[in-house]
Amino acid sequence: MSELAIDVRGLVKRFNDKAVVRGVDLQMPKGQVWGFLGPNGSGKTTTIRMICGLLEPSEGEGRCLGFDIRKQARQIRDATGYMTQKFSFWEDLTIRENLAFVARLYNLPKRGQLVDQTLAKLGLTERQNQLSGALSGGWKQRLALAAVTMHKPDLLLLDEPTAGVDPQARREFWDEIHQLSNQGMTVLVSTHYMDEAERCDKIVYLAHGNILTQGRVADVIQRAGLITFQGKGEQVRRLAEQLKGTPGVEHVAFFGAALHISGRDRAKLQSAIQALPKDDTHWQEIQASLEDTFISLMQDAGKDTREHG
Amino acid sequence: MDIWASLQRIYAIMAKELVQMRRDRMTFAMMLGLPIIQLILFGFAINTDPKSLPTAVYAEDNSAVVRRVLSAFEQSGYYQLLHKAKSPEQGSEWLAKGEVSFVIHIPQGFTRKLVRDEQPQLLIEADASDPAAASNAIGQAKEIVNQALRTELLGPLAYLQTPAAQIEVVIHKRYNPEGITQYNIVPGLLGVILTMTCVMITSMAMTRESERGNLENLLAMPTRPHEMMLGKICPYILVGLVQTLVILGAAKFLFAVPFFGSFGLLLCGVMVFILANLCLGFTFSTVARSQMQAMQMTFFFFLPSILLSGFMFPFRGMPQWAQSIGEVLPLTHFLRMVRGVMLKGNGLLALQQEFVALLLFIVVVGTVAILRYRRTLD
Repeated sequence: MSELAIDVRGLVKRFNDKAVVRGVDLQMPKGQVWGFLGPNGSGKTTTIRMICGLLEPSEGEGRCLGFDIRKQARQIRDATGYMTQKFSFWEDLTIRENLAFVARLYNLPKRGQLVDQTLAKLGLTERQNQLSGALSGGWKQRLALAAVTMHKPDLLLLDEPTAGVDPQARREFWDEIHQLSNQGMTVLVSTHYMDEAERCDKIVYLAHGNILTQGRVADVIQRAGLITFQGKGEQVRRLAEQLKGTPGVEHVAFFGAALHISGRDRAKLQSAIQALPKDDTHWQEIQASLEDTFISLMQDAGKDTREHG
Repeated sequence: MDIWASLQRIYAIMAKELVQMRRDRMTFAMMLGLPIIQLILFGFAINTDPKSLPTAVYAEDNSAVVRRVLSAFEQSGYYQLLHKAKSPEQGSEWLAKGEVSFVIHIPQGFTRKLVRDEQPQLLIEADASDPAAASNAIGQAKEIVNQALRTELLGPLAYLQTPAAQIEVVIHKRYNPEGITQYNIVPGLLGVILTMTCVMITSMAMTRESERGNLENLLAMPTRPHEMMLGKICPYILVGLVQTLVILGAAKFLFAVPFFGSFGLLLCGVMVFILANLCLGFTFSTVARSQMQAMQMTFFFFLPSILLSGFMFPFRGMPQWAQSIGEVLPLTHFLRMVRGVMLKGNGLLALQQEFVALLLFIVVVGTVAILRYRRTLD
């Protein structure tokens, strides 16, 4: 068996001739936690589904946990846990019934005991006979995570597991992910949250069905070579309009009361700031954030696809 | 101005409704297709005065008069003389299997007795399990015979032409001699109810999973198509059996329908029939994209099942093409089974064709279901 948990090359997926994924290569070593990022419709979910055999790739091939993603979908399903974007357990079954059903489908030994343990770990022992549909969003996600990890998969695929979940619950969810990772599970998790991305060993950024960049967070930021200036003051809202479209200013965004402008040419950015009418705005260069980097990457990618049709 | 705004809103809703109607092809097809199907079925296939009913002849006498009488039966339009029986037993067997509706028996010495004015007998055995199917033909029998004699008995035999009947037509109504409609309808209803509930329940099986967002999860876990199919179907076999017991109980205690055959044999037939319907429902469920579509498919199937199976209208009274469609429907075969066992006391031998037909249906439909079952989300 290879040391790569996921090893896919040239994955393409078309739906009615519309390419959603356009050639994804991904080599993910075992035991790591990787973040899968990208705007809506960038092909994250489709890629994950192809990796675990839920969709057949239109082109390309690869292996997941050493199994062929085209021919050995069954073996892959046995050894992976896949948590869908939308809660996909049975809302008209109780919490316990859901866990028991999954345990039986996977033919797990000592089912009753295992379900008891899982409920205890979740802190849901007292509520085990409630319908799972009655749980709040955060609890549903924790239940789903517990259900898809009951069979101790080698690889965990999580598709936006924390979308719409409050910060406290998100933090607890991530603590759980790291615990699972410490037990040796490989985790690929897609997310829109930058703070979650920063908790990953590596991130993969997908846009328009292509991987734009991947690596450690700091490397990704550095590689993008983005220079960011932060402006603070009463007038920044008015200035923002003026700065848009100025040569060298690639993008302009608010972070709370502060304005960030970024570009790749420091001199041009500085002269853009110089050219602004004098007021009490205070400017300073700051470290580009991951979000700045992604927005910049996405805009570049957008230009490319428009140019190439 | 208010009225104008209101009209605008009505128009907006109308336009949206039309767009949605056009997108929902199944509903659209149903709105156009159903009237056409109904027109064809009611207009052409269904006949409440069934003619050309299959008839066997067991003739122990053969003469010009006999041939004339038999051809009069044929020309009346009610009787279609298909087979010549070699023995009375063979005729009865055909009658039990439902291959013929009547057996006309011309006894030995028929012609001789007629010439001697000794009033020979002509025996008609009728399958009266469905009173509607047999009654018109039976009612016509005497008239047919007399008509034939009037044209045949000429010349030297003209003296036999008296107003009184020279031939005694003896009609032997088998299986439901009193012509009680319930005896035929209630067992049939068992089949109709099982068809509707079994097909409908399982047709929702997979569509419910996909509509509620559970399908992706289900597919991501290690389940095989046949495991899914059997797991989805088996609970409803039980439901079907409970229904069966309730209906059979009502048949016995409320309607006093006789039960001549073997209860065990009937239960076997019921099991096979339930399975056939559940398989079909599951197949619908692998094709339909929503629960609504699954419902519509069930209805599409249910309509011809009721009309062409022989439940509502005499099967043998339908034109050949309609009978051919009917032969494909499980309900047709089940009706022959249930009526055969209950009213005729038929055994396995007489029912084997129906068993074979239902099992074949299960194999074909089950294979389609397994092939159609989506292993991926593609």
